[in-house]
Amino acid sequence: MIAGARLEPGRRYRGLAGVLVTGFCSALAAGLLIVLLGYVIAQGWTAINPSFLTQLPRPVGVTGGGVANGIVGSVIIVGIATLMAMPIGILTGLYLAVYGRGFAAEFIRFLAEVLSGLPSIAIGLFAYTLFVQPFGHFSGFSAAFAFTVLMLPLMVRTSEEAIRGVPIAVREGALALGLPDYGGVLHVVLPAARPLIVTGLLLAIARVTGETAPLLFTAFGSQFWEANPGAPMAELSLQIFTYAISPYDDWHRQAWGGALLLIAAVLVLNIGARLALSRGSKRR
Amino acid sequence: MAATLLFVAIVVGLFLQLVHGSWESLTTFGPGFIWSSAWNPVTNKFGALPFIFGTVVSSAIAIVVASVVGIAAAVFLAEFAPPFIARPISFLIELLAAVPSVVFGLWGLFVLAPVLARSVDPFLAHTLGFLPLFSGPIYGVGLLTAGLLLALMIVPTVAAITRDLILAVPNELREASISLGATRWETTMRVVVPAARAGIMGACVLALGRALGETIAATMVIGNRPAISASLFAPSYTLSSVIANEFTEATSSLYISALLELGLILFVISVIVNGSARLLMFSMLRRERPR
Amino acid sequence: MIVQAAIPVKNAAPAGGEVVLSARSVSAWYGPKLAIRDVSMDFKRNSITALMGPSGCGKTTFLRCLNRIHESALGTRASGEVLLDGADIYSRGADPIVTRRRIGMVFQRPNPFPTMSIINNVVAGPRYTGITRDPLELSEIAEQALRRAALFDEVKDKLKAPAASLSGGQQQRLCIARALAVKPEVLLMDEPTSALDPLSTLKIEELMQDLAVDFTVVIVTHNLQQAARVSQFAAFMLGDEDRVGALVEFAPTERIFTHPQDPRTEDYITGRLG
Repeated sequence: MIAGARLEPGRRYRGLAGVLVTGFCSALAAGLLIVLLGYVIAQGWTAINPSFLTQLPRPVGVTGGGVANGIVGSVIIVGIATLMAMPIGILTGLYLAVYGRGFAAEFIRFLAEVLSGLPSIAIGLFAYTLFVQPFGHFSGFSAAFAFTVLMLPLMVRTSEEAIRGVPIAVREGALALGLPDYGGVLHVVLPAARPLIVTGLLLAIARVTGETAPLLFTAFGSQFWEANPGAPMAELSLQIFTYAISPYDDWHRQAWGGALLLIAAVLVLNIGARLALSRGSKRR
Repeated sequence: MAATLLFVAIVVGLFLQLVHGSWESLTTFGPGFIWSSAWNPVTNKFGALPFIFGTVVSSAIAIVVASVVGIAAAVFLAEFAPPFIARPISFLIELLAAVPSVVFGLWGLFVLAPVLARSVDPFLAHTLGFLPLFSGPIYGVGLLTAGLLLALMIVPTVAAITRDLILAVPNELREASISLGATRWETTMRVVVPAARAGIMGACVLALGRALGETIAATMVIGNRPAISASLFAPSYTLSSVIANEFTEATSSLYISALLELGLILFVISVIVNGSARLLMFSMLRRERPR
Repeated sequence: MIVQAAIPVKNAAPAGGEVVLSARSVSAWYGPKLAIRDVSMDFKRNSITALMGPSGCGKTTFLRCLNRIHESALGTRASGEVLLDGADIYSRGADPIVTRRRIGMVFQRPNPFPTMSIINNVVAGPRYTGITRDPLELSEIAEQALRRAALFDEVKDKLKAPAASLSGGQQQRLCIARALAVKPEVLLMDEPTSALDPLSTLKIEELMQDLAVDFTVVIVTHNLQQAARVSQFAAFMLGDEDRVGALVEFAPTERIFTHPQDPRTEDYITGRLG
């Protein structure tokens, strides 16, 4: 064999074919996203106008109207869920970061893993049994509760990592200054972990913003303005679903419009999360 | 800490509530619930089989397609793509994971289903129609459509985890293979990917778990008919879809309880599948530790 | 004429042996940073050459240029000529993949393929690079290679066991067997014993003497005693103020250790350097 010999063509072509096939698959996956976004933008764009954003839905069969109550409802439900998930999630993450190794801690982490894999509809059923059945009516609050449960695993995991990531030197600095243990945590450790916690929070919010299944029998949806979480409430993703499976073309058009709004919100949250992440690590 | 106990209470409570709620159905139908195909609210006879069928088949299609495409994409992005290609494409695939399922469902219903009904399904029926899998009338919505849509939804899971696993394979293995005179493709397929084997399987099982639990997108494209058929073109019904569609219409307490029992079945399947996924991935991590 | 070295060199250099591998003005870069400059040396057939020098002198970089594995990382590059049996492996038409079958390499830390058994590790080269797939031929090749690597007797009853079940020293001999299975002409070894215990180190050093009968061996080592024990030729490399490595001196081992020409070599050998 001469040193200048070429590689056997069979092996070379197999390698080339391999790269082409795998490259095609990745292009396929990425391309389908672009196709999907393209359709949402193209179809939804025509539906977005000021009345769409500010008006209530019109009765069945009448064209026009908007999803304003859905937008408001989404904000309220997600807002309540965030308020509930934040303390539980962050504090549990804190507990895990501090008492990391015991059997109890491992068990809690295991529960968080289990919870993160559960179908959202099962969680919706749970919220139903707790907050709808006993009260006899649907409510925005039960939906918020379902959303809280969905947000918790993500919040617990990212909070634990965020707090773990704070160098021990920082905590010791707080102790050395004479801050009592709680003071150390509140004033030093949590703020230091803030960027990562915020990232986790944004990601959790993004996750539930698009959720629909649990809403079907918790918030249930509504045609009217409703700011009282104790009553059935409209929600954007639920409206999209209802419109989409309806037989009316105008409602289909509005469904695309709602989808555009929803995707825009989710993308903004995701990009915001990434920015928070990079800004946080730059500060370090 | 109180917050932690609350968290534990929520998770445990979830399971207990589902059991409690499905008690009536559990005691009425017993284990026969699982293989009964009855679903009649009028006569109050309920069985889970058609829904288990629909869930399993649509998820099976999804995982087969998604693992092939996802692993291939991950291999390309981790081993062969130059950074200026790998970064944007990885980003796009991750973005796919952020899209809400109702938007997937919308797209599936109005774009994917008609496209499949117009071109792909007839093609399959024409060429492979002798197989019972591809016989029967084409509606657009059905098992195949749902399976493919689910595949699109879980591909990012498979691809992202697999890519990380492949990047984590120590470089010295690649160098050892290259120094024997193997090509990059041979090195990747014979050494690198097998080294990440267990974790990749874990990623696929995890993705399967997601597909099993997916509700909204599946509901919008599966046709919502509780029937067991051999054809992939046929409409079907998943566990989560029937709960979604019928829960608010459920009249009798037995009806509600039966639906809750379906939820319990879904819960149990999901825990088993996710648990095995974690086990697989942990076993791989353990093996990586040096002797 | 030559004072006997404190630790005797076992194999005398074959006088007037032909040159099998010749490096001419090899330079290498990591990205924009020049790592070694214009290194040239000749390796005689069936000799053992040691590359010595303090950390960062570029000896490993140079070694990796000899089988064109240096360029396999992102952003790296090499220039110069390396002639194997007279033909330049860096010439335009020469495929590095083919070269690597003729110039094999053993690494600092044993790196058997973790998912493969002992025998599959050994035959991975011949099987996957297209030499042969016939199971009978493969098992013959495996036995030969394992015997050559002085490992056969220890593993012959557990060839199907996972490679990870072997000890560190055994794993390294497995990697040697794996490299031998593709029948290279030259074997490059990058600090092959630095991660092993003294007993395994000794075994592999004895192995090297035996391997030199059929192969040409180039070994990078930071252990002076090892270089003196094992090699017939030695090269001393050093990095300059810009951390660019270059060859300082190349000579038969006995001469380098007893009459080093360059003062820097003398400093290194007597322990004043690095």
